[in-house]
Amino acid sequence: MGTTIPLPPGLLRMVFTAVVVIALVFLNSLILGYVERKLAGRFQLRPGPMEVGPHGILQLMADAVKLLGKQFIIPQAANSPLFRLAPLLAFVPVGAAFIVVPLSQKLQVRDLDVGLIFIVAVMALNMVATLIAGWVSNNKYSLFGAVRSVAQSVAYEIPLLLSLVAVVLMTHTFNMQEIVLSQDHIWHVVQQPVAFLIYFIAGMAETHRAPFDLPEAESELTAGFHTEFSGIRFSFFFLAEYTNMFFVGSIAVVLFLGGWHGPQLPFMDYSAAVWFLLKVYSLLLIMIWVRWTFPRVRFDQLLNFCWKYLTPIALVNLLVTAVVVKL
Amino acid sequence: MTTNPDNQQQSFFLNMGPQHPSTHGVLRVLLEMDGEYVRDAEPVIGYGHRMQEKLGESRTWKGFMPYTARLDYIGALPCSHGFIGLIERMTGIEAPPRAEYIRVITSELNRIASHLLWLGAFLLDLGAFTPIMYTFDDREQILDILEDVTGSRLTYCYFRVGGVSRDIDEPFVEKTHAFIRRLRSRFKLYEDLVTGNIIFIKRVQDIVQFTPDMAMRYGVTGPILRSTGICYDIRKNEPYSVYPEFDFEIPVGETGDCLEVYRVRMREMEQSLRIIEQALDRLPQGPVLAKTPRQLKLPQGDASFAVETARGELSYYLISDGGETPYRLKIRTPSFSNLSLLSELTRNVLLSDLVMVLGTLDLVIPEIDR
Repeated sequence: MGTTIPLPPGLLRMVFTAVVVIALVFLNSLILGYVERKLAGRFQLRPGPMEVGPHGILQLMADAVKLLGKQFIIPQAANSPLFRLAPLLAFVPVGAAFIVVPLSQKLQVRDLDVGLIFIVAVMALNMVATLIAGWVSNNKYSLFGAVRSVAQSVAYEIPLLLSLVAVVLMTHTFNMQEIVLSQDHIWHVVQQPVAFLIYFIAGMAETHRAPFDLPEAESELTAGFHTEFSGIRFSFFFLAEYTNMFFVGSIAVVLFLGGWHGPQLPFMDYSAAVWFLLKVYSLLLIMIWVRWTFPRVRFDQLLNFCWKYLTPIALVNLLVTAVVVKL
Repeated sequence: MTTNPDNQQQSFFLNMGPQHPSTHGVLRVLLEMDGEYVRDAEPVIGYGHRMQEKLGESRTWKGFMPYTARLDYIGALPCSHGFIGLIERMTGIEAPPRAEYIRVITSELNRIASHLLWLGAFLLDLGAFTPIMYTFDDREQILDILEDVTGSRLTYCYFRVGGVSRDIDEPFVEKTHAFIRRLRSRFKLYEDLVTGNIIFIKRVQDIVQFTPDMAMRYGVTGPILRSTGICYDIRKNEPYSVYPEFDFEIPVGETGDCLEVYRVRMREMEQSLRIIEQALDRLPQGPVLAKTPRQLKLPQGDASFAVETARGELSYYLISDGGETPYRLKIRTPSFSNLSLLSELTRNVLLSDLVMVLGTLDLVIPEIDR
């Protein structure tokens, strides 16, 4: 009593970060889930959730509590250790990716020199979780979803990376902060509009958002790869999806839309972070809008679109960028 | 994963339904798949079988009247119309002209409601979530109008032998006029949002081909038959009720793919609006229910009566031996024939296309199972 064991500052920092990051993951999913349902309601001539809390703002909390209380059913035919692991595999990497997101010049966990590579690599891990989830469910619809997800991710990661490399060629760095700082005067979206468009389309495909939501296409595959999941583990896939959406938006903002740059807001200490989040959520709004407007593409059309249009255009764009940078 | 060793290919069976979001009810399709490609699709029916025909034989024709609405519950009025027409033909009772006009107006409203539901559900099958809310909004107006006069929203028992159970009133006419104006303006919205959408066109155009030959072999009727270029509609070819008095066209397609079926259905809605408009303008005065004997027995003999429902030709064939109940009742339903071509149609298409084709066929499963 009275003697405190001094904690190493590194450990303290890690614990604190972990708590904040997990809180952010849940908070983001709560906000996005609510906004999505509310907007979907507006697009569909209905009010959306209205019952729990004023204008239904607590609806997602009620849903989370309900899902927590639900039994987790494991089908007899499902390979159970991996079946239990798959939702966590989907969920954990997205927490890790938060480490390099620069909310402002100071609000960032770690300013990695390879920040961009790190976040893209961690996001790609989501595909592994989807594959395992679909495979061990031992359900043909789930397997369809898993196979589709892998084919889709493999295809769309190429134009996605190519469009990002175009920006890296201009900034000569993978460091997220330095990329943001390089957009002091002009946003990269002005210099790289094609890359931005390709990135945004590929990003939607990467996060399995409609019209590219083939792994979970419910009119064809009932619910795709997460057909057999229930309870809170089922919701982990949604947490992962919403968090991945946030990362897709974050990368777009960092690389193309000037990151946290923005005029100083009055009476705000964190105006940079406000600008950053504002930009990210505006992009996510567009993704939600697209989802509730368009029908789903067919699987072969999706791959054709990627290999025949997006990848060649991204390559040409990269080549032109390289030549211009060299000059 | 079960594979079929007799076949050199790595094919496996996929059980689609009876609880699948896209089979629209308790239809089961047994699929032999090779990857995402459907090698063979075999519909398995009977999960919603209620012995409708036997029910018709075990009770008086009056007792069977409400059951006719349970055949095709999405477009129930034309179904009732067929049965009532059959009884009237056998007993020689005629409905007064006002009743016939009301039957046509309500039947056509019901046809539009059915097509609107199809449009929303079809787009939902294609993965577009939002349109069904818009089409349901329009359909809701029809249900409200019909509820006011028939008393029910889905399974109507409104037609009587010798007329209809209730007369329509001035608010009904006003509401229907308002609905016609509303739907005409909505067609433009659907045209802009759906017909012009590149993803939609790529998903439905030239995927499968309905041919006149195939349609005749399977006895396909309704919009699918007409999309192949054959102009066959009971309302024109075998007119019943007061349909000959109206000026309307039967929309006929050319290419016979799913996009053409879509176009035919959209144009049919416009034609139905035309019929309703004319009927409202020329609505005769008078009674809506003819005097009929209290105990009406069917005379000995047989008769059949066919109507055009939203899905195609629906016909009743009844044999009576002069007793209390019919001796035999046969119901020919359009969805049953329309479903039978699925197997031939969907060989070597993708799973997503199969879902799209099922949506195009516009099946109502209780009507198939009866």
